[in-house]
Amino acid sequence: MIAALASAATIAALVAVSIGPVPIAPASVVGIIGDGLFSTGHGDWSDSAQQIVWATRLPRVAMALVAGAVLAVSGAVLQALVRNSLADPYLLGLNSGASTGVALVVLVIGGGSALLFSGAALAGAIGAVLLVLMLAGVANRRGPLRLVLAGLAVGYALNAATSFLVFSSDSPEAARSVLFWLLGSLAAVQPAALAAAAVTAAVGIGILIAIAPMIDALASGDDSARSAGIDPERTRIAVMVGVSAMVGVTVAAVGGVGFIGLVVPHLARRLAGGRHRVVLPISALLGAILLVAADTVARTAFAPQEIPVGVITGIIGAPFLLLLLRTPSSSAHTP
Amino acid sequence: MIEAEAVTVRIGRRVLLDDVSFTAQTGAVTGIVGPNGSGKTTLLRALVRAAPVSSGRIVLDGNDLRIRPRRWIARHIAEVGQRSEPDPSLRIVDEVSLGGLAEHGVLRSGLAAFDDRVADALDAVELSHRAFDRLSTLSGGELQRVALARALAHGASHVLLDEPTNHLDIRHRLEIVSLLRRIAPTVVIVLHDLDLAAEVCDHVVVLHRGRVAGAGRPSDVFRPQLLDDVYDVTTHTHPGPDGRARLSFTLPSPHLTPRTKESA
Repeated sequence: MIAALASAATIAALVAVSIGPVPIAPASVVGIIGDGLFSTGHGDWSDSAQQIVWATRLPRVAMALVAGAVLAVSGAVLQALVRNSLADPYLLGLNSGASTGVALVVLVIGGGSALLFSGAALAGAIGAVLLVLMLAGVANRRGPLRLVLAGLAVGYALNAATSFLVFSSDSPEAARSVLFWLLGSLAAVQPAALAAAAVTAAVGIGILIAIAPMIDALASGDDSARSAGIDPERTRIAVMVGVSAMVGVTVAAVGGVGFIGLVVPHLARRLAGGRHRVVLPISALLGAILLVAADTVARTAFAPQEIPVGVITGIIGAPFLLLLLRTPSSSAHTP
Repeated sequence: MIEAEAVTVRIGRRVLLDDVSFTAQTGAVTGIVGPNGSGKTTLLRALVRAAPVSSGRIVLDGNDLRIRPRRWIARHIAEVGQRSEPDPSLRIVDEVSLGGLAEHGVLRSGLAAFDDRVADALDAVELSHRAFDRLSTLSGGELQRVALARALAHGASHVLLDEPTNHLDIRHRLEIVSLLRRIAPTVVIVLHDLDLAAEVCDHVVVLHRGRVAGAGRPSDVFRPQLLDDVYDVTTHTHPGPDGRARLSFTLPSPHLTPRTKESA
């Protein structure tokens, strides 16, 4: 199934690169990428097509693949860690922390490089998760439900802080760009942000798949984890901080893209059962496919006007989630 | 063998266990009984360092658990919790395989999900035919059997069970009881049913308000006077068909008075 999904993700990416104001045949896309990577030779495509693929569409589609995978895997891991099927990076305040970090840099410092945004988002997300863990009193061995409640509280507070920053900004232009970014967009992907997100995603998802049995044990409860030789509190803190770093760097690049982290893990569990060594790679691939598709719709449906991709994922995600939760074999945890 | 030596557990100002000492011998089933809130579950949790022991120590086969890493403890002690709420999207075989996590380690675990030990454990609790069913499809009793299978697959030398027969029907209860002696050399079990405790345990510890109220062979410990004090009931004994005394209980007479008045 993983091989089939990986093929589907590759095909989706190729099709997405070929679609746009200037259509480029998928075969030409393969040729252009092959030529760029391995110098396989120039085919019958124009130089402008080559320029469009390498400079505009490929970075954007690559970013969608990376961000989709990161958000879906983060959602799957967070749902297991807090034993709540509604958990995702939003619910636990990670997105809000990253957003506040970026808004601070844009509106107070007045802008900066892509890496500065990544750093600010990373710091914001980790700051948010540490605050959530502190408020929930994990050290006092309180239950995971408190983490969800603390996440909601921190998320609301940080959203309010971000709104305040936007509202009190002197520069309407900067405020507008932050507002658009908050809705989630892959329109202005910078190579440095893509590189940072891709490296973080590869390392982060790799580590999470390697420690997947630990996540299985934690998903079965703290007693279960302890019986397997895992310290539930420490492991939960370590994994949550790691996930928030991964989410922070991704949010810096693409803004607030909702629902992928919430919906995709449910679909992955439906397809693959509960073992995270299988659920995580399947979530990553499904998330990547979904975000590539959503972004393609976002940039082409009302062309030349572009819709924030977060709007599309919301439109697809909300009814899809309701459908999943209505069916009796839902994998929902009861908190 | 597990020895608890003068163990005290304090959370805030509340003393949950007060100077509790007992020994669970190798080759024996040791029962922990007592009324609600007497500290039974806290004692089991203290034995695996899941409850904060403020003084005293736990010694496992001569090893002081305070200085042993968590994974070492997990390799030697398997737990079956009171309220097992595993991830419902896991299949039975996945949950039972988690029993091997402490021994195999995270990186190697999960690669051979269905090894012999897991298969034997599923056989023992009669769930082999449903190995690939999701936990969300199981009843409370079946989940209890899955939890026990996980402890069996663990292969630990010591097993702690907290009310393992809670959700089980009569037949499966008898089966679990018959498994107890096969599950591990040293078994510590929390039970509410005193007749069951008398039947399956070689040694019992009676807890009352966090302290040991009595310990020894069930026939020596389960005396009406001690049980009356601990449970605030009136205990009656009857000879059973096998010659062993059976227990029954009534509320002590002051409790009955208001009800008698009401019914009159």
